[in-house]
Amino acid sequence: MVVKHAKIAFRDLRVRYGDKTALEDVSLEVAPNEILGIIGPAGSGKTSLLRVLNRTLEQTAGAKVTGDVRIDGEDVYRMRDVSRLRRRIGMVAPLPVGLPMSIYDNVAFAPRMAGVTDRKRLEVIVERCLRQAALWDEVEQRLGDLGTKLSGGQQQRLTIARALSHSPEILCLDEFSIAIDPVTTMRIEEVLKELRKHMTILLVTNLVQQARRLADRTAFLLLGELVEVGPTEEVFGRTPRDRRTFEYVHGHFG
Amino acid sequence: MDDPGDNTRLVGRSPARERLHRATELVIETVIRVCGVSAVIFVFGIFYFVFREAAPLLFGGLDLGQLLTSSAWYPDSSNPRYGAFALIAGTLSVTLLAMLIAVPLGLGAAVFVSEFCTGRTKEILKIVIELLAAIPSVVWGFIGLVILNPVIIDLFDTPVGLNILNGAILLALMSVPIMVSIGEDALKAVPDAYREAAEAMGATRWQVTWRVLLPAARNGLLAAVLLGVGRAVGETMAVLMATGHSVNVPDSPLDSVRTITATIAAELGETAQGSNHYRVLFVLGSLLFLITFLVNLTADLVIRGVKKR
Repeated sequence: MVVKHAKIAFRDLRVRYGDKTALEDVSLEVAPNEILGIIGPAGSGKTSLLRVLNRTLEQTAGAKVTGDVRIDGEDVYRMRDVSRLRRRIGMVAPLPVGLPMSIYDNVAFAPRMAGVTDRKRLEVIVERCLRQAALWDEVEQRLGDLGTKLSGGQQQRLTIARALSHSPEILCLDEFSIAIDPVTTMRIEEVLKELRKHMTILLVTNLVQQARRLADRTAFLLLGELVEVGPTEEVFGRTPRDRRTFEYVHGHFG
Repeated sequence: MDDPGDNTRLVGRSPARERLHRATELVIETVIRVCGVSAVIFVFGIFYFVFREAAPLLFGGLDLGQLLTSSAWYPDSSNPRYGAFALIAGTLSVTLLAMLIAVPLGLGAAVFVSEFCTGRTKEILKIVIELLAAIPSVVWGFIGLVILNPVIIDLFDTPVGLNILNGAILLALMSVPIMVSIGEDALKAVPDAYREAAEAMGATRWQVTWRVLLPAARNGLLAAVLLGVGRAVGETMAVLMATGHSVNVPDSPLDSVRTITATIAAELGETAQGSNHYRVLFVLGSLLFLITFLVNLTADLVIRGVKKR
């Protein structure tokens, strides 16, 4: 399926770590304001795909990227200002990383980096993001506490709040629910449905049901190969285009 | 690999081997415990022996007020006066100036090596910096005498180039390698996840360093600075050779001074054991001990204060 006016377009993307191939000839387009689910077993290149997009992959020693990656038609690998690119993308890593500073400073970090100094504005941003990440009620009274002192689930929501703090056009979630309890996960899933009105979301997940609940379309990666991408109902239906997809999403894998 | 023989071997040891195993465990534990405790014993031991030599004078007629406030240092005179203020001022001024030079240089180098440098350059830099640490202090003193001395005379148009500035530059160069290697370790210990998280939010490398890494590595960096200070306060030979060795309360970095350490080193060999002069040098030694102790204590409190926040 070809997306009109793709927000993100990967073409013939190939990623190597040394002589190991992480992604092989992946071509994929993501529409504006869509939630694209990305599923696949460990080591199939899901995280690499996200890290290609915000260009953090190139810092990994031995990593090599070829092919074409575009956001709004602009070649990501020709962009001079990497920091500007990264501010357009919110990234939530699988394991929560509270930076060693206060909760407030954690969320205010990116806006400050981008040059926001007005206190009032920062306060508004911090509150909005913490509310969106379903964390505000729990930390409202202790914004000055160290972010690293929160529980794992709270830290994960803090990283989500942080990822939203620079009002990204694209939100990448890499197995965000790995450290969160199911109730909170559901709350954040509701948040994501709301957020998609404002941004495009790439949702990498190990929980295939999560992709099924949220994603408009789902991509299935296997050992660096894009096996199939299509409307979620189709991928999860009785007749996906590839037999391996059927086996994976229905748990007959291996 | 379902070999049942392998499994049974893992589950049970023979009683004799079990006993041997437990005995070794006990021995190793004891040895490690002794190693740990020995550090404490050594510190107290050193302090005890220094203080023992100083005590008879300290409690037997030494005017402490004079020692700490007067700069009349005439230990050999027929009317001996032990005013060590100039020596204390000498030590502190050289150390302070050395740190003003060494801290930015050392921490800057640590940040550069750890964060902005990769591959070959990094390896070469680390080796060279460690080499710097291996230069004996007599050689540094020689450099101060022969190279820095004329340079300072030319540059500042002073009659003597053996002064605080000279000693401080040497001390700075001596403490920089320690600061770099410990500071680099501290920065290396900051989880990469912090760097990645900050970078993913669009922070530039410098912003990451300044806003995330330095605060995160704060304790280790402080330790690096302190070890540098310790080195500078305790250093003897280089300052003895390079600071001019004149008892003098300085009012400019171009003044010659004499430090506590240099005084002890220069005079101890010429005193009669048990004499007042001999004992006052040990009092100075205790004082030196006190200074380093206070520096460490302050640092400890600072770190704790920082942690609490």
